[in-house]
Amino acid sequence: MHDNKKILLKVENVGISINGKSLVKGVSLEVRQGEIVTLIGPNGSGKSTTAKIALGIYKKIDGKVKTYTDKIGYVPQKISIDWTLPIRVLDFMTLTEELTQDEINTALNLTGVEHLKDKSLSNLSGGEFQRVLIARAISKQPELLVLDEPVQGVDFKGEIELYKLIKEISEKMKCGILLISHDLHVVMSATDFVICLNGHVCCSGTPHKVVQDNKYRELFGDRASNILSLYEHKHDHTHSQDGTIDHK
Amino acid sequence: MLDDFFIRALLAGVGIALITGPLGCFVIWRRLSFFAGTLAHSALLGVTMALVFELNIALSVFLISAVLAIFLLQLQTKTNLPNDALLGLLAHSSLAIGLVIIGFLTTIRFDVMGLLFGDILAVNQTDLLFIWVGGAFILIILKFIWKPLFASTINYDLAKAEGMNPDRYNALFTILMAAIIAISIKIVGLLLITGMLIIPAALARNISNNPKQMVIFSIIGGLLSVLIGLFSSLKFNTASGPSIITAALILFLITLIKTQKFSELKK
Repeated sequence: MHDNKKILLKVENVGISINGKSLVKGVSLEVRQGEIVTLIGPNGSGKSTTAKIALGIYKKIDGKVKTYTDKIGYVPQKISIDWTLPIRVLDFMTLTEELTQDEINTALNLTGVEHLKDKSLSNLSGGEFQRVLIARAISKQPELLVLDEPVQGVDFKGEIELYKLIKEISEKMKCGILLISHDLHVVMSATDFVICLNGHVCCSGTPHKVVQDNKYRELFGDRASNILSLYEHKHDHTHSQDGTIDHK
Repeated sequence: MLDDFFIRALLAGVGIALITGPLGCFVIWRRLSFFAGTLAHSALLGVTMALVFELNIALSVFLISAVLAIFLLQLQTKTNLPNDALLGLLAHSSLAIGLVIIGFLTTIRFDVMGLLFGDILAVNQTDLLFIWVGGAFILIILKFIWKPLFASTINYDLAKAEGMNPDRYNALFTILMAAIIAISIKIVGLLLITGMLIIPAALARNISNNPKQMVIFSIIGGLLSVLIGLFSSLKFNTASGPSIITAALILFLITLIKTQKFSELKK
């Protein structure tokens, strides 16, 4: 697609089965500098699994994964911190990387949670915790970011801001991003390449191409297909009767 | 009153508390209490092996613990039984095999009680050397692998994704566990080493709000337990190992009161 940009992640025909049951198969994708690639699909369609395969978390996989950078930031879908482990936001920020106080403050400031620096992780709300997770992942200035539903539990206003931030990071830091998101509005308006999964790749391409695909319609319904057109016409149309786009 | 044997006991106890403090934190963070207990139980088999093959006891205990840890990993891939069941299976069968073998060793006099509860007052200079040199090694390695080990403890996926190689550090940690059990088995015994790993770390959790602080309090708690336990065992003529653990328990109960006050203050 953009051959001049450095390739960061190349996944070729990967899949994984656990106890003989295939979780996902035949997925290929590429992430390049400054590019946002999104995985969408219903629950259990293998989005998180695909991300984990790409990150080398599983030991036995089919297919090939190549990463061309070791500066990787990851926001997992779920992370639970046991009470037995006392840890503050500050300690969590330097989990995999040495950072200066300035770097920590800047990253926390970007996601709007600088004031939580000395709080215990276990005392944060779901949304606050997600913001800390994102701050940690971007603080090390990664070349490749993998974000698995990064804004779950974040309030509506924060969600928009964080997606804006993610977009900025990809542009300014020339960071390649693999994103998993349920928010089709964001996916279709802000990402470069969409892969629609349902145990395998249903369809893929630019957002514009994917929304017109019949398989996408089957998976998400007709309403989801209107998303892009609503988006493209948002400046000269009002669709106030339709609650799904009411946030503009 | 402070005889040579008592000084040696103090030095041994202090050395062990310095090592079990930080290791114990990882034991409770990673929910490995039962695993630590299993390794300690297998030490009996290690000691009998040492007697049969005329090996150094610490070395033999270390090897048996390491073999057991590898065996556990193998079992996990062969069956879907939960971890605690597998650990129980290994703990009690290795204990049983150890006792069966002792039965055959009719020519060797063997102090089973000493093995179960340790005999810190019988520590000699070689033991001290083992504790302090071995302990220094354990602590240096732990310091060296702290970051990746800690990251793997927080979240395996995250550590793996960001290049921390959690499998390697989890394995290294198991080896450190086997090592601490090997060097402390003679001093506190196989039933009490788990206590020394868990109780100081547990009391530290009650009064800490970050990982480093917890490690420091855990070391202090262990040191206090050793001092209080040993001096009171001298005064009341009680068994030294159990006295240390009892002291640790009392300290734990005190921190519990403190935690309650803290949480009341927060309200």
